[in-house]
Amino acid sequence: MSGRAMRWDETLLPPLMALAIAAVVGDLLILAFGASPGHVFGLLFEGTWGNAYGFGQTLYKTTTLVCTGLAVAIPLRAGLFNIGAESQIAAGGFAAALAGLALPAGVPWPIAAVLCLLAAAIGGGLVAAVPGALRAKFGASEVIVTIMLNFIVLAFLNWVVAAKLHVPESLHTPEIATGGVPRFADFISIFHGSAANVTLFVALALAAKMWWYLFRTKQGYELRAVGLQPEAAENGGVSLGRTWFQAMLIGGAIAGAGGINYVLGYKHYYEEGFATGSGYIGIAVALVGRNHPVGIVFAALLFATLSQGGLAVNAVVPKQLMDVLQAVVILAVAVCVPEVRRVLRAAGGRAA
Amino acid sequence: MSAIDILAQVLRIAVPYLFAAAGGVLSERAGIVALTLEGYLIAGGFGAAVATYYTNQPWVGLLAAPLLGAAIAGIHALATIRYKADQVVSGVAINLLMAGAGAFFLRLMFDSSANSPRIPALGDGLGSGLAATFGQPLVWMAFLALPATWWLLERTAFGLRTRAVGEHPQAATSLGVSVSKIRVTAVLLSGAVTALGGAYLAFDQHKFTDGMSAGRGFIALAAVIFGRWEAPRALVACLLFAAAETLQIRLQGSPLLPSQFVEMIPYVLTIVALAGFVGKSAPPAALGKAEG
Amino acid sequence: MSDATAPAIALSGIAKAFGPVQAIRNASLTVARGEIHALMGENGAGKSTLMRVLAGMFRPDGGTAHVEGADVTGWDTADAIAAGVGMVHQHFMLVPTLTVAENVMLGREMTRGVALDRAGAEAAVRALCEKTGLVVDPARKVADLSVGEAQRVEILKVLFRGARILILDEPTAVLSPPEVQELWRVLRTLRANGGTVVLITHKLDEVIDISDTITVMRAGETVGRMATAGTTPADIARAMVGRDVALAQRVDTGVTVAPRATPRLEVRDLCVAGAERAQAVDHLTFSVQAGEIFGIAGVEGNGQTELIEALAGLRRADAGSILLDGQPITACTVSERIDRGLAHVPEDRHLRGLVLDYAIADNLILGRQHQYAGTWNLDFARVGANAAKQVAAYDIRPADAQLPARALSGGNQQKIVIARELGGAQFPAVILAAQPTRGVDVGAIEFIHARLRAARDAGSAVVLVSADLTEVIALSTRVAVMYGGKIVTIVPGDAATPLELGPWMTGAMRAGAA
Repeated sequence: MSGRAMRWDETLLPPLMALAIAAVVGDLLILAFGASPGHVFGLLFEGTWGNAYGFGQTLYKTTTLVCTGLAVAIPLRAGLFNIGAESQIAAGGFAAALAGLALPAGVPWPIAAVLCLLAAAIGGGLVAAVPGALRAKFGASEVIVTIMLNFIVLAFLNWVVAAKLHVPESLHTPEIATGGVPRFADFISIFHGSAANVTLFVALALAAKMWWYLFRTKQGYELRAVGLQPEAAENGGVSLGRTWFQAMLIGGAIAGAGGINYVLGYKHYYEEGFATGSGYIGIAVALVGRNHPVGIVFAALLFATLSQGGLAVNAVVPKQLMDVLQAVVILAVAVCVPEVRRVLRAAGGRAA
Repeated sequence: MSAIDILAQVLRIAVPYLFAAAGGVLSERAGIVALTLEGYLIAGGFGAAVATYYTNQPWVGLLAAPLLGAAIAGIHALATIRYKADQVVSGVAINLLMAGAGAFFLRLMFDSSANSPRIPALGDGLGSGLAATFGQPLVWMAFLALPATWWLLERTAFGLRTRAVGEHPQAATSLGVSVSKIRVTAVLLSGAVTALGGAYLAFDQHKFTDGMSAGRGFIALAAVIFGRWEAPRALVACLLFAAAETLQIRLQGSPLLPSQFVEMIPYVLTIVALAGFVGKSAPPAALGKAEG
Repeated sequence: MSDATAPAIALSGIAKAFGPVQAIRNASLTVARGEIHALMGENGAGKSTLMRVLAGMFRPDGGTAHVEGADVTGWDTADAIAAGVGMVHQHFMLVPTLTVAENVMLGREMTRGVALDRAGAEAAVRALCEKTGLVVDPARKVADLSVGEAQRVEILKVLFRGARILILDEPTAVLSPPEVQELWRVLRTLRANGGTVVLITHKLDEVIDISDTITVMRAGETVGRMATAGTTPADIARAMVGRDVALAQRVDTGVTVAPRATPRLEVRDLCVAGAERAQAVDHLTFSVQAGEIFGIAGVEGNGQTELIEALAGLRRADAGSILLDGQPITACTVSERIDRGLAHVPEDRHLRGLVLDYAIADNLILGRQHQYAGTWNLDFARVGANAAKQVAAYDIRPADAQLPARALSGGNQQKIVIARELGGAQFPAVILAAQPTRGVDVGAIEFIHARLRAARDAGSAVVLVSADLTEVIALSTRVAVMYGGKIVTIVPGDAATPLELGPWMTGAMRAGAA
């Protein structure tokens, strides 16, 4: 709906400009390192899209980032900044592992996987419910609360695993008895060794579901109105507090669901730090994807490529180059969005 | 371990918090969100270590740290003030940038992505007594940082303008005060002061290490919020959080209380304060809002 | 460059647009030195914009500005302040967390060495207070001041900067009558000392009271200049509205609505807290019958906004009750009130009335979205059908329901709100219309008035709040005047005149004292 209410130039120009800026910065840094940009980007492509293993790893990382990207985007559509995907995905992964450990080995894996997925969503949702409720009830800044909760939740999980659940000499829980989901390598042998698994389809289904939710349902209509103009939404009978709480809950649940990518799809246990950084990159994914589920899928693919590509080029330039480029992309999008809007509206104003 | 040793440990742990909290108060009182403190700390540690290594003069490092901190703060200022980028987004980006750039340039310069070569200490950093602690110039500077911030904000013309700009930028504009100039100045100062905290970490460990800031910028931000954006209260909050961290270190491995729970104290206190459970807590009214 | 014989202010042919909206065009103003000059006009006539150009807050798109003979076209606030031009804004520009003295010296700080000279600043403010008669304690925090005191601080701020030309934007809107008299005394003192004052207002009695010369603005243009002595209120009013006031007369359609046993809206003993006052609405009781437009006149800030928001469910009622068709709705949510037949045309359509980035079609269902919800999704076929119907019926232009509301003119934006609130299958039981024609072009005004009358004739009860007294008088069955959160008088609409209502609005007459 609202076809022309969305301006394509206003939507697509900022991320494209940001990528161009990042490409220039990347070239300069590679040159500073005494390497050839062409060679490095060639290696990056070869290591991600050029072979099945690299592509599988890229898809695996994409899965996580689609979830954390949505986890940032849904609250942002309601006007809230969720910096807490980092701990929400950890809590989700932990809850999935707990569920997997609690289920008897005889439970068929599809049933177990669904139960673990539910547990993961609940785990992530619970963590996000705290800032949602504090914002709705007390007006506490969700930015600060989610950041503080990242530290609290990660310290708590650290304690639980270290004190109660860990396998000796490791930082992870025992392997789950059931609930592991198939990897792509199980069907297509050339993916052998890569972590890509059917969780990817869960993530894509969540993106599709969120598109439907945002743009096709009454709740989505209300949520976007709250984000665009809370006073008007309130006048339209929408409860701001309830919408904020719901948006955080949904975001947290999706981040949590992302935790199964590792726990059910890859290692079959919860390990401390399994998704470190994915919450923050989720912010980049949401921004570059312009908070649109379709955009987020592509942005997740892009950032997963950069992240996996960092490993591929590490022999020539440090993989941290990719962290720098991710930061440059975020900063450039943040600068370009208001600037492009200003320029386009000024031009539109003259034409009118 | 004597009480003096424990006190000295608390004070040393507090040093980066004090610098970063001073930076946080300066930036946020001017209306610019200070999620960037973590990034400024990295800039300070990196600047101090590199400059000291190449000149073998710790005082050059002491100068380089605030310069690099201010330069990084300049990026934040340019993005949020000139281009009106979202302050939270820019803050997150600056932190990611510094986390990546630190390791990148370590490898570029020293061919190691973990740490810089050893650098000499600044001042007499040996021993653990109180006198030895305060023998380090950065320690007593840290304890002056927040009082100086208070004086600057409450007792100078620049401070009056900063407070006005953070509360009601239109009022300042209507009196011919340039909101952008004041905010840029406050953010640059914020980066410079915070970077001194990073410099202290580098001198204390005789090197710059990847990941050295370890979330201290966020603890400092917590102290700013817990201190209700006022320098004297923030100073108390920093000492409180440093004491908690000392306790945590001393409890490590103790069966009495898991250290992780002590580690949570600053964050839990901040959330409790934000929710308004301990008195009214009002951030600067224009915090996070682009002007105009 | 200053020419001793040149007028204090000479603006010529000033134009200023904001995006597609032409706020002022061809506006000219000449103010002699040492006079009190009234700049008059209805809301939205462009008075404030013109004065902000003079004060350096906006750069004009065209025209020239001279102050005391010097060309100052396109200067900024700092230049204006340095040249002795100071503006007191309608919405105070004070930093609540700072003290009076700090607010006064902000931007022109008094220092001793590098440190602020607080004692010196407080002494200077005290001296200024004594000289002008503007009494306020310089050491107090602005957040703790009354509205009247805050305004004194605003004037002190300007005088502290040595202003010789003082611009006041609707200074009396928030003042009580004794405070207004106090202000007049201060302005006369300033004039006696050679100062020049420009007073922006839309109140006739004030102009007659205080000004030497009057310039009238209408629809962004200056349309008349006259000496106050020898001018009648009728002359000024005619210039302001651009036609004989008699033309803006009542249209009685002759329709009578069958009386109902219960009033459609009943308000009993309602108390509502506002942002500035604990009792913004103070034990208010009234009722509105079917087929009636209940007009509420009054100076802005006397509780009208809080009353409407409480009726709409946007603001909590501290005491009292609200009944719609005899049923209490005091505890109902906004959405429940809409379902029971309460419509609300909010006073600020850009803030509350529309989601500007939503398409026209989506804005046309705001507040009624649950009526369009199917099992899984919104029924977009019905949303589209509704939009097509309303765009045609209310002549919303451009007639493209997929355009964002932001792209439309003010009049067409307001038509979206009116269509949504009044354009259902049947007229709502109760319509709250707050400033329904503010910033709207003449054609749309006629249209909106006609819709409100049609709703009245169909049996709706309309509560009309407007700062435009002629609008209230032209539309209302009964006119109530709100002052200080209370209704101070109610008169039949066909007997109401500005001259009769004026004293009630300004608090010069109070209930019981009449």
